Amino acid sequence: MDMVQTEKLVFEYEKRDEEGNVIGMSRAIDEVDIDVKEGQFIAILGHNGSGKSTLAKHINAILVPTEGTMWVNGRNTSDPEELWNVRQSAGMVFQNPDNQIIGTVVEEDVGFGPENLGVPTDEIWQRVEDSLRSVGMIEYRHHSPNKLSGGQKQRVAIAGVVAMEPKCIVLDEPTAMLDPLGRKEVLKTVQKLREQKKVTVILITHYMEEVVDADKIYVMDHGHVVMEGTPREIFSRVDELKSYRLDVPQATLLADELKKRGLKIPDGILKREELVEVLCQLN
Amino acid sequence: MVRDITIGQYYPAKSVVHRLDPRVKLVSTLLYLISLFLFRSISGYLIATVFLVTVIRISRVPFSFIVRGLKPVILLLMITVLFNLFLTRSGDVLFHAWIITVTEGGLVTAVYMAVRLIYLIIGSSLMTFTTTPNELTDGIEALLHPLNKIRVPVHEVAMMMSIALRFIPILLEETDKIMKAQIARGADFESGNIIQRAKSMIPILVPLFVSAFRRANDLAMAMEARCYRGGEGRTKMKPLHYKHRDYTAYITVVVYVAAVFIIGRYLPLHVWIF
Repeated sequence: MDMVQTEKLVFEYEKRDEEGNVIGMSRAIDEVDIDVKEGQFIAILGHNGSGKSTLAKHINAILVPTEGTMWVNGRNTSDPEELWNVRQSAGMVFQNPDNQIIGTVVEEDVGFGPENLGVPTDEIWQRVEDSLRSVGMIEYRHHSPNKLSGGQKQRVAIAGVVAMEPKCIVLDEPTAMLDPLGRKEVLKTVQKLREQKKVTVILITHYMEEVVDADKIYVMDHGHVVMEGTPREIFSRVDELKSYRLDVPQATLLADELKKRGLKIPDGILKREELVEVLCQLN
Repeated sequence: MVRDITIGQYYPAKSVVHRLDPRVKLVSTLLYLISLFLFRSISGYLIATVFLVTVIRISRVPFSFIVRGLKPVILLLMITVLFNLFLTRSGDVLFHAWIITVTEGGLVTAVYMAVRLIYLIIGSSLMTFTTTPNELTDGIEALLHPLNKIRVPVHEVAMMMSIALRFIPILLEETDKIMKAQIARGADFESGNIIQRAKSMIPILVPLFVSAFRRANDLAMAMEARCYRGGEGRTKMKPLHYKHRDYTAYITVVVYVAAVFIIGRYLPLHVWIF
């Protein structure tokens, strides 16, 4: 079944000059078609201003399309009647960990979503405990979020989304403001959630290393989807990626350079181990 | 400086007072504050003192911690005391020099007023010491709930309060960061008179406000994304339920107020004017 599907999605916003007069329309997203199946891990890549975050906000119906349609779990996001259903089926984790935690205690923040959904009290406690356990933050349940590290805050934010039992989790650059350690923590958590809860994950990022395990990658540039395919397909087109101001994983880059120098190395090397293997078998 | 203020802070401890329903604590505090103005005699002060000391004892908040909370209001206290001391004219003259006259009545009023103010501050800060900010907002929301009928957005106000409480430490940290950044660029916050110093705060306030608005925008989006749509149809993770001890506390406070009112007014210990 299709979890998220768009058809010729367009999003325009008014461009204003310094006095606030409208000077024209700007297309943040231009005729984008994407298709995400249930249980998939999808990555959306793009440089700053490529429209990837705008697209993410459509999945949660924070923004609605100017033209075209977007379906989430079979529901049209432009339909105001479906708004809360859409938001419940697609949870969203944002970039800044500080600005998305509402509660003054970890467990209360995780309970915020279920409270809004009108879940009975006993079940809220159950859900809070389950989701804190699934992100490995259960021992911090009585702590103040202010005393946590960036990675921990982001895991609490993920738990807050998980507690709403969405079918799909959209992560909008969840690691952009974290240190390498926090980044690892968050990615591990996402990985674990995919295995345990079988949720669909849509990860928006510009870190290539985070997407090598994805089922499918969309690359966006200037509001268009310019590349789509499996990580292996995408990363075998190193030069094209570079033209969209994206880096490739180090292993892929090295493999590509070696190939250009005449070594017999296959396309689409993603991980260091793979490269080591290939290099060892060369002689 | 900001760290010195203990008013409004929570002091974690395990006591009966901490476990009481926040509504009980809010109502009791209010009753206690009112009770301080119901008597005019030394017997009333005795009862109020015994009551306050007992509650502090039960709450297990250290006395030194409570006293520290009085520091920021010392100036206010002094002014009140001095005004009462020099401007009340009744009873025998105890001291007279130039235009300063201290009368017996003035001295008594000044002391009573000081004690009353100190009790007022201790009483209300004891509530915040023993109640987490969240319980407090929950309590206020529950108590003000009837106002919903006359369209007062009670839930929204309570939500705003708890969000404000959540963001105070974040904004403090940010202020600190901005201040350091400006100092690194040669800004001077220490010297000059009060107007110059106030002016030098502008480069701190402007970026702080900009960032606060940005945060507010982000937070609103995050709340919407988590299906927040006001108080309607919302359930509570920690609903308030009165327990046995809460009723006991209510009765105790009512008995105290009655005692203070009756004894403090009509017992012959009523020796001084006032």
